[in-house]
Amino acid sequence: MPRPVQFNIHPIPADTKDNISMVGAPEGHAGEGFFATKLSDVVGLARKNSIWPMPFATSCCGIEFMATMASHYDLARFGAERLGFSPRQCDLLMVMGTIAKKMGPIVKQVYLQMAEPRWVLAVGACASSGGIFDTYSVLQGIDQVVPVDVYVPGCPPRPEAILDGFMKIQDLVGQESLRRRNSDRYKTLLESYGIQ
Amino acid sequence: MSLTNETIKARLIEKFGEQVSNFEEPYGMLTFEAPKEMNLKVMQFLFDDTELRFQFLTDLTAVHYPDKAARELAVVYHLHNLVDNVRIRFKVFTDINKPDIFTATQLYSSANWMERETYDFFGVNFVGHPNLKRILNVDEMDYFPLLKQYPLEDQTRIDKDDAMFGR
Repeated sequence: MPRPVQFNIHPIPADTKDNISMVGAPEGHAGEGFFATKLSDVVGLARKNSIWPMPFATSCCGIEFMATMASHYDLARFGAERLGFSPRQCDLLMVMGTIAKKMGPIVKQVYLQMAEPRWVLAVGACASSGGIFDTYSVLQGIDQVVPVDVYVPGCPPRPEAILDGFMKIQDLVGQESLRRRNSDRYKTLLESYGIQ
Repeated sequence: MSLTNETIKARLIEKFGEQVSNFEEPYGMLTFEAPKEMNLKVMQFLFDDTELRFQFLTDLTAVHYPDKAARELAVVYHLHNLVDNVRIRFKVFTDINKPDIFTATQLYSSANWMERETYDFFGVNFVGHPNLKRILNVDEMDYFPLLKQYPLEDQTRIDKDDAMFGR
């Protein structure tokens, strides 16, 4: 007679207390059956926890980014589960690695193809400032071609540093005013890069 | 009998006499020089000769010697005999104010991109090249960056402390 298969006969309850980070509700007025808050807070909350990054990896910082995306550091914990490989679907351009002057127009074109609202994270010394490549062929920081929101230092930065930069982006996204992209200051900024 | 440096040298002198000069053998690799008008004749001879058979161009580049008057630019060819596995190095020198060199693309197809690269970085004008334009640098670049008068660092930066960066 076959031995009866037994499994999960003593199920262990999942230990979720204090182990799962939940996003807290924004400030507002709660009462019986209603909750009132600002629209910008709700929109920011939704945006910051579902950022779709567009990886633009050209060298060693891209390898660190692969570690950041993998199971050990797991960028998915921050709501960025889904990398988009089409700029038209993405919110965050992550530029990782040395950008040669010949590559500059391509970075700009990828930025132009992204829809508003869009953010840019410059990861590593090369993307931020040209790094050790102070030479005729290398762009001395991507902020010469596109506006940058957060710079991550390091050569290359560790995954923790990339996560820290990503969380800084989340702060910016969560607190951004809904009218910022229509403001004169923002338009002036884009115009200084030759972007309409 | 394998091909030796002495044989190659003797054949070259037998064919071209005084015009090939400055024979050296750094690390065992035969190196010599010819007038720049002769570059195709010398390479054609090295290519066609039934004993020499240097039918593969492995490398082509230039060197800038700012101190050598009227011969500032050296164009260097590395040739390979694949049958006997022998390599030689062949140089021609030119005035930087008139850097015209005959192209080797008719003889070696690999010279095409390497001559474009040499033009890109040193400004050597390869006469007769089918498509002599920049290959690696941005098209807007208006100078030849590996000439010695240009500093390596990007001169457009204003945020770096010159004293800390050796300028």
